[in-house]
Amino acid sequence: MWDYSDKVKEHFFSPRNSGVLNDANAVGDVGSISCGDALRLMLKVNPETEVIEDAHFQTFGCGSAIASSSALTEIIKGMKLDDALKVSNQDIADYLDGLPPEKMHCSVMGREALQAAIANYRGEEWSDDHEEGALICKCFAIDAVMIEDTVRANKLSTVEDVINYTKAGGGCSSCHEGIEEILVKVLAERGETFQAGPVKMKEENAQNGKGGKLNNLQRIRRIEMVLESVRPQLQRDHGDIELVDVDGKTVYVNMTGACAGCQMEALTLQGIQQKLMEELGEMIKIVPTKAGAYARAASQA
Amino acid sequence: MDAIYLDNNATTRVDPAVVEMMLPFFTEQFGNASSLHSFGNKVGLAIKKARMQVQELLGAEHESEIVFTSCGTESDSTAILSALKAQPERREIITTVLEHPAILALCTQLEKEGYTVHYLKVDDKGRLDLDEYKRLLSDKVAVVSVMWANNETGSYFPVLEMAELAHAAGVMFHTDAVQAVGKIPMDLKSSKIDMLSLSGHKLHAPKGIGVLYLKRGTRFRPLLRGGHPERGRRAGTENSASIVGLGKACEMALAAMDYENTEVARLRDKLEAGILARVPRSFATGDVSNRLPNTSNIAFEFIEGEAILLLLNKFGIAASSGSACTSGSLEPSHVMRAMGIPYTAAHGTVRFSLSRYTTEAEVDRVIQVVPEIVAQLRKLSPYWGETGPVEEPDKAFAPTYA
Ligand SMILES: Cc1ncc(COP(=O)(O)O)c(C=O)c1O
Repeated sequence: MWDYSDKVKEHFFSPRNSGVLNDANAVGDVGSISCGDALRLMLKVNPETEVIEDAHFQTFGCGSAIASSSALTEIIKGMKLDDALKVSNQDIADYLDGLPPEKMHCSVMGREALQAAIANYRGEEWSDDHEEGALICKCFAIDAVMIEDTVRANKLSTVEDVINYTKAGGGCSSCHEGIEEILVKVLAERGETFQAGPVKMKEENAQNGKGGKLNNLQRIRRIEMVLESVRPQLQRDHGDIELVDVDGKTVYVNMTGACAGCQMEALTLQGIQQKLMEELGEMIKIVPTKAGAYARAASQA
Repeated sequence: MDAIYLDNNATTRVDPAVVEMMLPFFTEQFGNASSLHSFGNKVGLAIKKARMQVQELLGAEHESEIVFTSCGTESDSTAILSALKAQPERREIITTVLEHPAILALCTQLEKEGYTVHYLKVDDKGRLDLDEYKRLLSDKVAVVSVMWANNETGSYFPVLEMAELAHAAGVMFHTDAVQAVGKIPMDLKSSKIDMLSLSGHKLHAPKGIGVLYLKRGTRFRPLLRGGHPERGRRAGTENSASIVGLGKACEMALAAMDYENTEVARLRDKLEAGILARVPRSFATGDVSNRLPNTSNIAFEFIEGEAILLLLNKFGIAASSGSACTSGSLEPSHVMRAMGIPYTAAHGTVRFSLSRYTTEAEVDRVIQVVPEIVAQLRKLSPYWGETGPVEEPDKAFAPTYA
């Protein structure tokens, strides 16, 4: 079974704003070709202020499709249309404390339904601007179409190129066979043959990568930056996080306040770890320190 | 409330009697069956006994026709790759669109390597067209691989008849019987089946143990070469504990064969009839008059399978679904698509697979819970109105697909 966050489960088991909205004046019906899920988003927009006064949904789809729909309606209620258009699929996923990589398209479907509904309200024709393919890289949720397009547009020819341009394949590396298959196909289109060779993973070739190798100070600054970016969310839940130490690929942190030991901790850390890996372009392991654990035990005793 | 496990086609619990048989082989009976001393000898004898227990369940003529492997998937790969290696001039394979990925993914790979694979199509109940099959049989075909029973619907393919036809055409015949072994009686010695795969964890033995049945005289090339275990047909020191466990499980399955085909079948029928009577717009998929006694696959229109499973799980009921979202692949079940089940129904298929441990009380509970869950999800569905599907659902809700 999927490793859903508690928030996803909660929105699935008790969806907000489900069912028909009778006086809706903006409706968006979209489906995701990759999994067959579909969603109808209904909005009641105030014609004077363009504020979304109410939002309802009906979804034919899996647990995370239903949870994403529910989250979306909660996020956009009370927003002005132009602000609502800025809601990204990542915002929807973040609201739910993350989605498994295979399920990110459920949040994409939510965002598209929103665009379609707003287009419908404004009397415009909505057409989709992206195509989704089979998921190749599970570490960074990157699909075949995205890789293919990038390979084509930038005339890439090695797995390493693909890692540098798309991040796909830069994590656990088990998708390299799939990436090679795409390369074989696209290279053949331009009359070349794919030459397989050893793949240098990021930690070895960081010098050649974008931006070059980070020195220790730069690394720590980036780590702090990532922690800074998640802090507001943690503080909203009356918690906090602080950096304790960085030892090679291990980042030690202290979780404090309401975050410490709460069931969300592990999930939250997982999300932060993902962000760190993306930002630093290397494998990172995040470890809550003992100190934090002791403090937690003491406060619970 | 105890959990209700109706996902026995995915895997089964190891029978306590099987566990008990296995335990000594982790402790005092640790010898290597190939060794000459008494440590090895005792293990060798235990493996021999297990081999005979498997032989008996399959109705195989010789004990030496049983080759222990690490799983059903290994048995499948070994069978097909052996047939290709042993007959390099034959470059074609015949299989079906409903096979398990253990066969289909291998065939996809073989196509990339230049082999031709013929996938027999099925009708809306998942039945084959034997005329199409007969036309494809030729001396270019290295092997036919057709599953005995389908893991999603439980429906049978006519493997005995198809093996006869292959034999008459001089073509090797393999069947993936991972779902069938232990649930229905078999008598391989009177059949023309050359190779058969089974997997321990589907019949209350542990995971990670399988068998390739290899009819005496079938040309064979090992997948793993090395030492002498399994008469050189599958190198690697025997997994003695699991082999002994599988032997015991086969003995128990044989003893329970009548029960499986009467009582388990009755409970399955009760479950299916109970659900279909209480849930509008639901139907059983597959060839329902010709299937395993333990399996029922029901399509609930206009809702999605993973959502159903999550809610069932909340009630302590374990089942599985052919929906895209449960597989990780994003593709809806290839079995449902091949049978032409409409999209809005294929998505909402749920497989209930019972075992001899399933009780009447459990079945009653599921019959009671399922209608509530379906109703709850349909309330969220854009295809569903107040009391039933919206009029002309496909027109009323026609989303833009991206
Ligand atoms: C029909 C069929 N074939 C093969 C397999 C694979 O067996 P194993 O898990 O032992 O590799 C399964 C199990 O899922 C199956 O149902």
